[in-house]
Amino acid sequence: MPLSEILFWFLTALALFSALMVVFSDNPIHSVLWLIMVFFAISGHYILMNAQFLAIVNLIVYAGAIMVLFLFVIMLMNMNTDAEPQKSQWMRIAAAVSGGALLLILVAALKDNAGAVSRTSGEGSIGLIRNLGKVLFTDYVLPFEISSVLFLSAMVGAVVLGKREKNSKPVNH
Amino acid sequence: MNKFVFLIPLLPLLGFLINGLGRNYLGKSLVSIIGSGVLLASFALSVAAFNWVNAPGFKPEVIFYFDFIHTGGLRIPISFLIDQLSVLFLLIITGVGSLIHIYSAAYMHEEAAPHFARYFAYLNLFVFSMLLLVMGANFVVMFVGWEGVGLCSYLLIGYWFGNNEYNKAAKKAFVMNRIGDLGFLLAIFWMIGQFGSISYMEVFAKAPTASVAVITGITMLLFVGAMGKSAQIPLYTWLPDAMAGPTPVSALIHAATMVTAGIYMIARSNVLYTLAPASQDLVAIIGSATALFAATIALKQNDIKKVLAYSTVSQLGLMFLALGVGAYTSGVFHVMTHAFFKALLFLGAGSVIHAMHHEQDILKMGGLKSKLPITHLTFLIGCLAIVGIPPFAGFFSKDEILIAALQKNPVYYVLAVATSLMTTFYMFRLYFLTFGGNFRGTDHQWSHLHESPFAMTFPLIALAVLSVVGGWIGIPTLFMEDAHRLSNFLQPVIAPPSEVHHLEHSVEWMLLGAVLTLVLVAILLAARRYGKNFKVENTETGLSKLLANKWYVDELYDAIVVRPLDALGAFLGRVIDNRVVDGVVNGVGKAVQFGGRQLRLLQSGQVGSYVLLMVASLIAFLILQLFWKP
Amino acid sequence: MQVMPINYYIFLSVALFTIGIVGVLTRRNAIIIFMCIELMLNAVNVLLVAFSKMHHLNAFAADQLTTVGTEAQLFVFFIMVVAAAEVTVGLAIIVMLYRNIHSVDINFLNRLKH
Repeated sequence: MPLSEILFWFLTALALFSALMVVFSDNPIHSVLWLIMVFFAISGHYILMNAQFLAIVNLIVYAGAIMVLFLFVIMLMNMNTDAEPQKSQWMRIAAAVSGGALLLILVAALKDNAGAVSRTSGEGSIGLIRNLGKVLFTDYVLPFEISSVLFLSAMVGAVVLGKREKNSKPVNH
Repeated sequence: MNKFVFLIPLLPLLGFLINGLGRNYLGKSLVSIIGSGVLLASFALSVAAFNWVNAPGFKPEVIFYFDFIHTGGLRIPISFLIDQLSVLFLLIITGVGSLIHIYSAAYMHEEAAPHFARYFAYLNLFVFSMLLLVMGANFVVMFVGWEGVGLCSYLLIGYWFGNNEYNKAAKKAFVMNRIGDLGFLLAIFWMIGQFGSISYMEVFAKAPTASVAVITGITMLLFVGAMGKSAQIPLYTWLPDAMAGPTPVSALIHAATMVTAGIYMIARSNVLYTLAPASQDLVAIIGSATALFAATIALKQNDIKKVLAYSTVSQLGLMFLALGVGAYTSGVFHVMTHAFFKALLFLGAGSVIHAMHHEQDILKMGGLKSKLPITHLTFLIGCLAIVGIPPFAGFFSKDEILIAALQKNPVYYVLAVATSLMTTFYMFRLYFLTFGGNFRGTDHQWSHLHESPFAMTFPLIALAVLSVVGGWIGIPTLFMEDAHRLSNFLQPVIAPPSEVHHLEHSVEWMLLGAVLTLVLVAILLAARRYGKNFKVENTETGLSKLLANKWYVDELYDAIVVRPLDALGAFLGRVIDNRVVDGVVNGVGKAVQFGGRQLRLLQSGQVGSYVLLMVASLIAFLILQLFWKP
Repeated sequence: MQVMPINYYIFLSVALFTIGIVGVLTRRNAIIIFMCIELMLNAVNVLLVAFSKMHHLNAFAADQLTTVGTEAQLFVFFIMVVAAAEVTVGLAIIVMLYRNIHSVDINFLNRLKH
């Protein structure tokens, strides 16, 4: 078994296991950490597909920035296992059943592709920063610039939402 | 001239709009000036149009204005046809109409100003519709006018809407007319289907190509329309009830013009009728039957207007008889003379009613000739004209119809003569009961009796003159060769009856003499019975009771049509509407309410349940999309 | 280099996506639900990159310099951009929520009913 295939199966198993742990950990902090593991595994997949730029961005943006943000928020709220609310048994069963049904249906719908020649591997160099950057700053420069406006407005929104208003009281209807 | 033709109907419409919209602001005198003025102007234009048509070298002209409906292969234009026939009717309508408008101004002066203006607005609208009816160059424009006059008739019969009986009479007239209109409408549809056109010119040009059965069907349906509008058996019962309206309305609409619309229609479609002998026979049979039937009823009526109403039905029957035997010109001639003398008689009756303070029972009148000299004289002229004493107008037209009937079938002739004799009897019964003998009303009424004002006597005099001389345009060849000016005038639009075997002049003279003698005998009989020594008897027995109750036709219709329909309506209302329709409506409401109450439970506000539902529907959609193979 | 069938990536993506959905359905903690949504986004990203690669390889055989598939990777990039913005605002909302009701339990957020 070639190394890349071993890596593929390892990363897949890691991603799925970590994802399950995200859902089933009682402690929110553990969930965050397992999610970071998922992102690492996915970045590994990106590297296997020679999409180096996305792999790095995934790590920096998701695993680095976003998940740290999550951690901060959770710690700010001082959450732990005890405070974790639990759903009713009935809701859990319903959720499991519908999730299972969705998986079943999607797999059943897509399994007929098994013999197709569609494939993927690490060849090709479009995933490199140089190639992506060229396209991004020529054909997609307008969306790119607009996304900066999106960030700006998100930032302003976060600040406005997060600011504690003077003499504001908890709203209880 | 053809540039101004549109003004003839437009002026009355303007009058209608001004009087109708300004009824709360305009004074009575202004209203009557506007109402009568537009008609007089219209009359003047009609005279001009007549001169134009009468000039040598005139060809019937279709004046196109705009397309009313243009769809697929069908084109229905608003256009007017000016020819000899329509111009003749224009003269009758605007001429008699003007006189009646003037008369109305005095007759209705007791009404409050807004109602007075409403009356004139309706009257103008009626004249507009009637002009549209006769001027239209196709059957659809005629139908528009046809419906318009029906509407105005309804509005004017129910003019005193405070009285519920009058409203019922108006409703009856409207419904009966609708039954006839349905026939007319079906005929129009059939013509569109058969000929692809409703213009007179095209339909008449294409008519010979259609089969006799089709033409017979169309003409019979047209005749059903005429039955309703012109009050023929079996749809005649509305006309006597229509006397609920003001008397000038009865004179204008229910004697002189609207009820002759059926005659106009058949005379206009004479090409079609000539192609359908079966329809002609039907017209003649219905016409003669109606003439006789209505005359018998008129013998025993005591309401001055009811007598005249049945007389109108009877005279219309005579006109249809003329049309049915192919003597279209005679029918139209009788329309004209009838318009003169019947309008005169109605207006005279109106004058009497006016003087008697709305008393209409002739048993309570009598001896009015000394108090109402002008009314008396003109009324007598009207009576002489209707019974056909030479040289009054009715003589010429009625004589023509009799001769035409005899040439077709002696049975028609006998029926028509019987009708004339009865007409003579009941008209002079009416005359003697009203004007002869002694006064039978209260002393109070007697002391207040007065001749009507000039605005009312002037139309009477004018119509009396016309009733005398009106027949002279149709002098039969019996008296003078080639003196039938009307026949010559109408020659281009109405083909003369073919293969007529002319009667010997001696036979004609003999018949004429016999009929005149019989008529004189009838007058004498009426004078003896209802003259000086008349006493009111209340014992009605046998036949006379049957006649006084109008052969119980109203009761018969009530039993076979109205009551079953009422019962059906009650059944539908009670069972179908209450149970089925209401059940469905309430059921829908209840089902929605119930469903809403159940669905409300889903709207828990729990985000989790929303997401669960979302996923469930996603699954459902995926199954549908990916695995559902219908 | 070893060729991996596209199906493997599809199934991986589907599995991650389903796990995300199950997470959204079973948890009541708003932050965890938020994280599960991120997980679902990433599942989609994996799929996009895999398809981009597949199309690129098919075109690569004919033309070594082809740029087929670039768009999909850029799309993933923009998804990340939007996700970052979304997380910022979303977390701000959750913080404000916590400040008001001292909980992040979505079962308390049932005012949509009214």
